[in-house]
Amino acid sequence: MSTAPGADAERVIEADKVAVRFGARTIFQDVSFSVRRGEIFVVLGGSGCGKSTLLRLLVGLVPAAAGHATVLGVPIDSPDPAAQRKIRRNTGVMFQQGAMFGSFSLLQNVMLPLVEFTRLPHDAAEWIARTKLGLVGLADFAGFMPSEISGGMLKRAAIARAMALDPEILFLDEPSAGLDPITSAGLDALITSLSRDLGITFVVVTHELQSILAIGDRVIMLDREAKGMIAEGDPRKLRDEATHPTVRAFFRREELV
Amino acid sequence: MAERFSLTETTAAGGTRLAFAGELDAQAATALWPKLLGRDAKRPAGIDLSGVTRCDGAGAALIQSIQAAHPGLAVTGASPALSRVLARFAEAHRAPAARSAAPDPLPTRIGQAVIAGFSAAGEGIGFIGSVVVSTLAVLVGRGKLRLSECAAQAEAVGTRALPLILLLGFLIGLILAFQSAIPMRRFGAEVFVADLVSIALMRELGPLMSAVILAGRSGSAFAAEIGTMKVNQEIDALYVMGFDPVQFLVLPRIVGAMLAMPVLAVAMLASGIAGMTTVMTGFGFPVSAILRQVTRATTPEDLFGGLFKAMVFGLTVALIGCRRGMETGTGPKAVGESATATVVGSIVAIVLLDGMFAILFNLLGL
Repeated sequence: MSTAPGADAERVIEADKVAVRFGARTIFQDVSFSVRRGEIFVVLGGSGCGKSTLLRLLVGLVPAAAGHATVLGVPIDSPDPAAQRKIRRNTGVMFQQGAMFGSFSLLQNVMLPLVEFTRLPHDAAEWIARTKLGLVGLADFAGFMPSEISGGMLKRAAIARAMALDPEILFLDEPSAGLDPITSAGLDALITSLSRDLGITFVVVTHELQSILAIGDRVIMLDREAKGMIAEGDPRKLRDEATHPTVRAFFRREELV
Repeated sequence: MAERFSLTETTAAGGTRLAFAGELDAQAATALWPKLLGRDAKRPAGIDLSGVTRCDGAGAALIQSIQAAHPGLAVTGASPALSRVLARFAEAHRAPAARSAAPDPLPTRIGQAVIAGFSAAGEGIGFIGSVVVSTLAVLVGRGKLRLSECAAQAEAVGTRALPLILLLGFLIGLILAFQSAIPMRRFGAEVFVADLVSIALMRELGPLMSAVILAGRSGSAFAAEIGTMKVNQEIDALYVMGFDPVQFLVLPRIVGAMLAMPVLAVAMLASGIAGMTTVMTGFGFPVSAILRQVTRATTPEDLFGGLFKAMVFGLTVALIGCRRGMETGTGPKAVGESATATVVGSIVAIVLLDGMFAILFNLLGL
């Protein structure tokens, strides 16, 4: 676990009563929370509760039907290109399947944002990209194509690409889904060490209980039935003290009666 | 933009000391990299980081590249937090492995290409073989042909292509009639335009143009559909569930294409004759005279020969599309490559087959 920042730390993400609807179907509503600089913030919940949708909302891929949210002080739906650029340049996203560009090698994937968005010399961009691949343990796979590596490696490569421009915030969608426990624990260790050593703020969407307890500084829990948030706080406290039946069932791996 | 970093160079014994201050990020690295790591950069006497307030991956890359270029260089003054960041990046960076050996010499590459060509041809024959085996299995009752799927494919391949076929057929008939009327008029033989256009459409253009449209519209779709299923491991799923992917996916498409093609060829013929008739009536011929000329000029053999050709073209395009689909590789480009290869391969195959049919029909006296 990383050393959690205090309650007075700067808030890098704030959401106020946000809602997402697809047509007439409400995915969630009245979701409010804030993320502090340097913490590992976990969004958890069962399948279909809208946790990935919440992440897509925060990165601007899904519009909010109601409410208001800011990332690094910028409204996520700001039409101002400079404001949007500030969010894009200072956040990175790892998608569930990695979303590595299949026609580029891992090194080219990580170099792409460096080459496109900075004026760094090619040598510098390559050095940085190799370092980022090394940070996620893929230094020896720089020349591999995404189709040539395993699912766990793809996710780590996607983290390296998301970190290419040294973002302040990293959004991770289901980093441990579909991975074996050892790989998954390795990924958890990577996330905590990056948070501790480089001060990156993480917003992690997951339903893996062990991951949540291992890395989460603070969590919010979404629920499909409630169409919104049903819990917020320290995951270990929630495990021990929660009274909400769904939250208790989730943390104790029980069936909901 | 104001610079958030600074570099102070002080001359000391053994060279220049570099004192960095402020924020070492992508902006600083962009500005300082050519100067400190360019071809004529001199070895500094040391690096002082005591003024650095923030350093990210780009800044660390700058410092570490200078260190890598000048082994043994002393770096001083880094705060504990900065040292931790630098250590984390330094530990992560790994220089690229030595480049792999030189490319193979030309004879080797030619040999490899020949072997690849033969093995691709072998795989193509193997695919045709598996289609034959599956067809035989269906015929002797060991397999099942999904008739509803065949009908759905025939609809997609045939019915939905009809408007395009009718439009193109009409225009081709129109254009052919106009173009051939010019030389024919010199001999006072304008009435034979009807013979020319109807024979050309029946024997050659109807089947050929329909097949080209089939290749572009449906052959590429076969390759893309089956290719996407391949990429998503759906073909593997069919196989392990005990389905024969050829029976399940390929045969319905082949049957659909073979059923639809003669219909498309007839549609093209009919609309082509309509286009030709439009032009001929413009020249003053009555419709009845034109149609009598058409029936007199053509024989049932012309029609059935053309329809037979159309069926063979349908089989060819469906085979090529399905085979390309089944052979789709991995990665996002693969499906597109399969679709392209289908269209190109189909058109070449159709034209080659058409030539062979011309020779065959000639020998048979048809």
